[in-house]
Amino acid sequence: MEPLLEIKNLACGYQAQPVFTHVNLKLYPKQLSGLVGPSGCGKTTLIKTILGLAHPWVGEIWFRGQKLQPGVSPPKVGYVPQVETVDWSFPVTAEEVVMMGRYRRRNVSPFPSKRDRQVARELLYRVGVEDVAHQPIGELSGGQQQRVFIARALVGEPDIVLLDEPTSSSDLRVQHELLHLLAELNQQGLTILLSTHDLNSVATHLPWVICFNHGIIAQGEPTEVFTPQTLKQTFGGEMVVIREGDRILIASSLSTLRHRMQDNLPSILRQTH
Amino acid sequence: MDLLLRPFQYEFFSRALLVAMLAGLLCGVMGVYITTRRMSYIAHGLSHAILGGAVLSYVLQLNFYIGAGIWGFISALVIQFLTGRKIYADAAIGIVTTASFALGIAIISTYRQFTKSFEAALFGNVLGVTPNDVWVVTCVTIALLALVFIFYRPLLFWSFDRDVAKVHGVPVLAMDVLFALMLAAMLVTTLQILGVTLIISAIIIPASIARLLSDRFGMMMIYAAVLGAGISFVGIYLSYYFDVASGASVVLLSTIVFGIVLLWTNLKQRRKRRTLDSHLL
Repeated sequence: MEPLLEIKNLACGYQAQPVFTHVNLKLYPKQLSGLVGPSGCGKTTLIKTILGLAHPWVGEIWFRGQKLQPGVSPPKVGYVPQVETVDWSFPVTAEEVVMMGRYRRRNVSPFPSKRDRQVARELLYRVGVEDVAHQPIGELSGGQQQRVFIARALVGEPDIVLLDEPTSSSDLRVQHELLHLLAELNQQGLTILLSTHDLNSVATHLPWVICFNHGIIAQGEPTEVFTPQTLKQTFGGEMVVIREGDRILIASSLSTLRHRMQDNLPSILRQTH
Repeated sequence: MDLLLRPFQYEFFSRALLVAMLAGLLCGVMGVYITTRRMSYIAHGLSHAILGGAVLSYVLQLNFYIGAGIWGFISALVIQFLTGRKIYADAAIGIVTTASFALGIAIISTYRQFTKSFEAALFGNVLGVTPNDVWVVTCVTIALLALVFIFYRPLLFWSFDRDVAKVHGVPVLAMDVLFALMLAAMLVTTLQILGVTLIISAIIIPASIARLLSDRFGMMMIYAAVLGAGISFVGIYLSYYFDVASGASVVLLSTIVFGIVLLWTNLKQRRKRRTLDSHLL
């Protein structure tokens, strides 16, 4: 199968400082992948380079078999930025935010059309926040804001959506809901790449993970990739990996793991107790 | 009735009212972009920078609007250029605008004959506008409002989130240049009316009042335009009776309106909260 997105020997940095080097990556249609690594390891820069927001030093990015010019965004891509970069006091409603994503599909009118509004409503319904369409974006909860941004990323009917730390400032329930939504969208045929530094609640739920720290350390299914050696290379510290069937639990120490699991200890951990 | 209509018997006063309303409307609309993009300081700085261009165009015998406009546009671009190169935005604004303002003062101190024009540039002279100024302000206002109308969607997206706008196909570099041009054009045309020191109030106060009244960008623009034009009209009209400087009258009135709206919106919010509490109990 031909990859949807292919990165060949990519390197990027700021001033004279490289952020990542020698990145080779293929993302196939309908793939749901997680870019996993610690804060400051270059995940955001890699996403921005793919999106044409940062200029690569060397390397190539291919999208649907076509080479992209440096600094040019792929034609059918959706992007959900980190929540910390968004000005939540900006005077726009959830519906207006989603309609922004229809820019490539605008008609001659300088204002959004009836069709734009209808599509925005449909998308808000699809991600489960149609009831907040007329509310200012700053008055929504963190989970609702993320859903509105996912709706904006989807409204242009993209082939792939890139999400930068979508769960970073959410509680466990919201994280679970967002991951469920992304899995659902992926099942409907959407290719998704999301970055995260959260191993247990996010990365272990993804079918494909890419361990990243200034370059790709390893990639594959979580059960294969999350080994103490790979995690040490990625996060720079010793980690405990516990496996029980398909489940993986990762922590910096056994005591942390026990604390996290509380009453729900897997049998393997009970034996070490 | 005669007393109320008395100011209109002077042609210069009617002209001042018209031109101030147009300037207020334009500053109000542009102010929505400037305040929501947290650019108040750049607008304030550029108005000072333009003084350098105005003085230089006088010395070089260039048309004021063209000379000062080009100067303001280049200053805005230099600020943007510096901001991307390890220099903080406020520092870049400080460097470019004070250097330009200092150049204006240096030239003025060498050519001492235009002290009066310097005062007009600093504090505004709406009552001294010529019919030619009225034409320029009218044409620039129409042109800028047309640009705001035509580019409403890309400018809104660019203002809210520049990076995501680029990913969705908005030509963000073109928007940077377009907005720098619009900003320079607005400041140059309104500089002689409100003056370097007072112009910022016409930009930020109506937009800030509009923000208190609405959570929607488009509605904010309508409110700010109406408030900008209305406050300018009433402010200048009242300055005739109170015999105070027209620019100062407009600024003071807009501050009073801001205070009233702030109080009203706070009371409204408190009442809403109280009603909600009583429903919950």
